[in-house]
Amino acid sequence: MTGLLSLSAAMARGFFRDRTALFFTILFPLMFLIIFGALLNSPGSSKTEVVQIGSIAALDNLPADAKQQLSDVLEVVRVDDRAAALQQVRDGDVAAALEQQGDRVIVHFSAADQVKAATVHGIMQALVQQGNLAAAGVTKPALTLTSQQVEDESLKAIQYMTPGLLGWAIASGATFGAALTLVSWRQKKILRRLRLSPVPLVSVIGARVSVSVMIALVQSAVFVGVALLPMFGLQLSDQWYAFIPLMIVGTLAFLSIGLLAGAAAKTSEAASAIANLIVLPMAFLSGAFFPLDNAPKWLQQISDLLPLKHLVSSMQDVMVRGEGFTATLPAIGILAGFSIVVSGIAALLFKWDDA
Amino acid sequence: MPPTIQVTDLRKAYGELVAVDGVSFEVQTGEFFGILGPNGAGKTTTLEMMEGLRQPDAGQVTLFGEKPWPRNPKLLPRIGVQLQASAFFERLTAREQIRTFASLYGVSAKKADEWLDRVGLSDMAGKRNEDLSGGQQQRLSIACALAHEPDLVFLDEPTSGLDPQARRNLWDVLRDINSQGRTVVLTTHYLDEAESLCDRVAIMDHGRILESGPPAALVRDLDAPTRISVETGTMALDAARGLVEGVEVEDDGVSLTFATRTPAPVLSALAERDALRGLSVRGATLEDVFLHLTGREYRA
Repeated sequence: MTGLLSLSAAMARGFFRDRTALFFTILFPLMFLIIFGALLNSPGSSKTEVVQIGSIAALDNLPADAKQQLSDVLEVVRVDDRAAALQQVRDGDVAAALEQQGDRVIVHFSAADQVKAATVHGIMQALVQQGNLAAAGVTKPALTLTSQQVEDESLKAIQYMTPGLLGWAIASGATFGAALTLVSWRQKKILRRLRLSPVPLVSVIGARVSVSVMIALVQSAVFVGVALLPMFGLQLSDQWYAFIPLMIVGTLAFLSIGLLAGAAAKTSEAASAIANLIVLPMAFLSGAFFPLDNAPKWLQQISDLLPLKHLVSSMQDVMVRGEGFTATLPAIGILAGFSIVVSGIAALLFKWDDA
Repeated sequence: MPPTIQVTDLRKAYGELVAVDGVSFEVQTGEFFGILGPNGAGKTTTLEMMEGLRQPDAGQVTLFGEKPWPRNPKLLPRIGVQLQASAFFERLTAREQIRTFASLYGVSAKKADEWLDRVGLSDMAGKRNEDLSGGQQQRLSIACALAHEPDLVFLDEPTSGLDPQARRNLWDVLRDINSQGRTVVLTTHYLDEAESLCDRVAIMDHGRILESGPPAALVRDLDAPTRISVETGTMALDAARGLVEGVEVEDDGVSLTFATRTPAPVLSALAERDALRGLSVRGATLEDVFLHLTGREYRA
């Protein structure tokens, strides 16, 4: 027991004094969070800019609340110079130019951005219809359309990204930590020295596990703390803390991958190459960086085989989708089973010495 | 009581290369035993089989009557091993290193700090091992091997890379632990070190023990001539040749040297002629025994 504690302390000290390791384990993933958060959250980025030439009754006569709603999607700038407005459309500076000629509302668009053009087209179509109905004296339409988002109404990119990037950070922290410790301790003959002391192998591995879990807790605290800042605006579900057991078993799963890489590799360079080769593609394939909903079916099937997919999607369930602890149980089971199998293989390949 | 170490017909080959080829010896409790030999003689492999780090192909090792292979937790607290490569945890200070190792054996932090003091590293306690000099690292690694006060200590070239003062300091530490009744086994390149420290040495080459015994006995058995030197010019070379019958005489321009197995007549004849300026008398040393056994040619 004292062996476990003193080895954990030695390992933790070594880690927290290693600036490079600290950077890659904590700051580097955080940088991604900040960059993506700033990119995807900046207000107005999803708005479509259009210019209005002269007056258009359908737009100008909108009631105040309808105008407010419209401004969520369209940013309308009024100009009087028609030629300049059309040039702006040609240049791609705005999505469309709108004008009214008699009873015709005209949308000038460029084929260069058809998606935005279609958006403007659709909106203008709706406004024109509304105008027609009003003109025909219909005040109470037969059908109304109400749309509602399925997730929390505040669903923003940060909601998706925080669990995803945190999952990736934990996965790479645990994998690299285990692989590099094992290889460098073997290379520096520390394992050999430990083998000559009465400390059991279980304590050596146990020390690595406890240090990695500790690091994962620090990563989670820093990550969630930053994402909760008003500028990022993460909103956690009620049972967000249910991600903690999930995170621990996820750490174990990636530790076991790291132990396997460390057992197979002879040098630190090889160990870190193997760890990179496993974790980075897995992060992309597991939806840690972006959703896989639009990915081809075969790709989604592959991702179901990856431990990170289960970690990330289950973390999203409890942290932002409002599900409870019980929802994480299948993922916990899968990750635990994965850890047992992979660390079993790693134990078979384990060597105290490289000679 | 069985001897502390019993090695019987030990063999180990790495593929084609036979590293250890039938080695047998015993080390008694409290003995200071040295294994000498040129590079590649099989010293380290022999040591590693004794420590239980390698499985012998054939033959047997017992320590305190127990087999060290496979890893034997009953033996481990009783032996202390200093490795050739200094195996330290990364980014820990000297104090943290020795405390960590000590705690693996259930030794208190206070005891660990005392050992730091014994090897003269108290001033360096707060420095990380990366910032210690080679000699300081060497002393730290020995302190780490000794902190749990093992009955049997294995040291693999403990003084290589140390300056003369640090070597003397370490010799004192080693003599001290040996005088407390602990058995010490060391390998070394320094023959003066073996001569000064060891009760008994074994000289190895090509995986075999060529000769073993107390250093003084080995030197005596070599029956090498004593070399008596005086300053050149003290007497003419021809006169020197005629001084005593059957003595080889050489003059290298610095010293006039007589080589003889019976030094007394030469010394008295030189004294009679008052030709003792710069006199030095040098008997054979363990180094002569070593070179006689392993040859003088250089091996890479």
